[in-house]
Amino acid sequence: MARKRYIQAVNEALFEEMERDPKVIVFGEDVELAIFGDTRGLLERFGRNRIRNTPICEATLAGMAVGAAAAGFRVVLHMMFSNFIYTGFDAIANQMAKLRLMTGGQIELPITILAGYGGGRANAAQHSDTPHPLLMNLGGVNVLVPATPADAKGLLKEAIRGHNPTFFLEASGRGGDSGEVPDGEYTVPFGKAAVARAGRDVTIVAIGSMLKPALAAAEKLHAAGIQAEVIDPRTLVPLDEQAILASVGKTGRAIIVDEARDRCSAASHIAAVVADKAFAALRAPVKRITVPNVAMPYAPNAEMHVFPSDDQIARVATELVRFRTQ
Amino acid sequence: MANQHNPSNEQLLALYERMLLIRRMEERLRADAAAGKLPGAVHLYIGQEAIAAGVCAQLRGSDWITSTHRGHGHFLGKGGDPKAMMAEIWGKRTGICKGMGGSMHVADLSKGILGANGIVGGGLAIAVGAAFGAMLAGDGKVAVAFFGDGAANQGVFMECLNVSTLWKLPIIFVCEHNQFCEFTPSATVTAGQIADRARAFKIPCAVVDGNDVAEVWAAAGDAVERARAGGGASYIEAQTYRIQGHLEAEALFLAGGKYREEREIDEWRKRDPLERLRERLLSSGAASEEALNAVDLRVAPIVEGSARFAEESEPADPELALQVMFSGQRP
Repeated sequence: MARKRYIQAVNEALFEEMERDPKVIVFGEDVELAIFGDTRGLLERFGRNRIRNTPICEATLAGMAVGAAAAGFRVVLHMMFSNFIYTGFDAIANQMAKLRLMTGGQIELPITILAGYGGGRANAAQHSDTPHPLLMNLGGVNVLVPATPADAKGLLKEAIRGHNPTFFLEASGRGGDSGEVPDGEYTVPFGKAAVARAGRDVTIVAIGSMLKPALAAAEKLHAAGIQAEVIDPRTLVPLDEQAILASVGKTGRAIIVDEARDRCSAASHIAAVVADKAFAALRAPVKRITVPNVAMPYAPNAEMHVFPSDDQIARVATELVRFRTQ
Repeated sequence: MANQHNPSNEQLLALYERMLLIRRMEERLRADAAAGKLPGAVHLYIGQEAIAAGVCAQLRGSDWITSTHRGHGHFLGKGGDPKAMMAEIWGKRTGICKGMGGSMHVADLSKGILGANGIVGGGLAIAVGAAFGAMLAGDGKVAVAFFGDGAANQGVFMECLNVSTLWKLPIIFVCEHNQFCEFTPSATVTAGQIADRARAFKIPCAVVDGNDVAEVWAAAGDAVERARAGGGASYIEAQTYRIQGHLEAEALFLAGGKYREEREIDEWRKRDPLERLRERLLSSGAASEEALNAVDLRVAPIVEGSARFAEESEPADPELALQVMFSGQRP
């Protein structure tokens, strides 16, 4: 166990999985130089038959991932910023997500797609998106949103060893936060949420990078005498509904915090699951804290204005605890 | 004399048999579509058989192909099972994809058939990925991307030419120039010559008569040999003509609209690849009438048996989609 930054945990997982299985290959734009840091050192260790720079051509790269996986490789495709997933979306939505079903299950596609996602760094609208709701809706791909360095390592190793196309969305701007990361073999199963903080009064489901403001809000609420339980789903497909429902069953109140635009966000989906399956336990309306339906503005103050904040989460939680039906 | 550029009489006869199988299967599907027996659309390969047969005859079972929405010929050319293809098109559980894919997605991974594809240009990058895998594995396999003149106008075509040339991938791009992009004459939506796009990358190019199976076969032989020897990508443009419509039953929604003249179709019927091969076999003395009739007699029961098998098979398992969407997990 050692303290590491998020991006170092990703790097460690890549090293370990490439050592473990010679069929693991990494390709994408600028992976040799590793501009995010997550692929640093891989070229020197493994050479260009295992990791290589590609032209900037996301549609072809996503299609190539399918072909190389069909040819027996475990593909890690780095798409840099999550907005570039859109550029490659034909091969993702029409080929990668559908080929297994269309072939009647003949094919396995062990593909892991890495991309940094989210705003907050004045990257403007084309480098700040949160495409996880879109990917959740595709049906044939797993969607991972690890928030901590340990989960980043454990989930990435699980993804690379897996059998299905999986999007690993990195909350790694400027290297991400630090945290304790287990050394060596460490995997985190898909579909198992983490209870990031236990509490009895209100459930806060925090998606990906929203874990940090959610935990900060919980700390503020604690000072005000409200015990919030913070649930980190860690993977959105598959989604650990049971963990969320168990928490709401205890607290009777649910807030879902998501950095996605509100309409058809992951928060919308989870809110619907809670309304449907935990109705009897609810003591207050289910609340979503999301980004308004706008593109991410550039100016830092304008960006912070649309971002969910710990104060906003604490305020909504307080309202829910005080909520009384007529 | 038979050599790398001239198929032997036995090879020509085998090509004839494969082309005839494709033709008769497609004719049967045309009839079944007209009778309203097929659940989905079919895009038929009639008139283009020499290309799939000629190219696939140069491939090994373990080589990869990707195909198009007009993919039955490639599936059969690469050795796909006619019964399993027919049952797939009928939406039956005995289909090669258990009824989950249909006509536009016939695939048999065990035979290197990575699938027909409903997206114009969708197979190109998949073939490049398979070729990339073959190069990394050093297993001597090659990949063939069949695509049409319509797909050549997709940006992904340029991307694939670039990366394949750059990395000297063992791939053959086979453009079946059948003159139509769905319902639009190719010439009205295509600037310049498609082959020039490949030439810009200095990829070896062969523009051949796609209705002459010997020409296709020879060009494919050169390209496959080059790919296996580490010589990188090749481009073959096979000039041909789509005899059928974009899809069967198109008359219904064209509602009297026309995108080509009957006269033009008749002109191309005179260049029918099967008829030309038959003439060649007979006039050269390579095969007798009796020998060619015997081919007919071998193919007919395969087609009839496939259609009967498809018709009599159980419908697809409606629960299967939930089971096969992911490997080892529920959707």
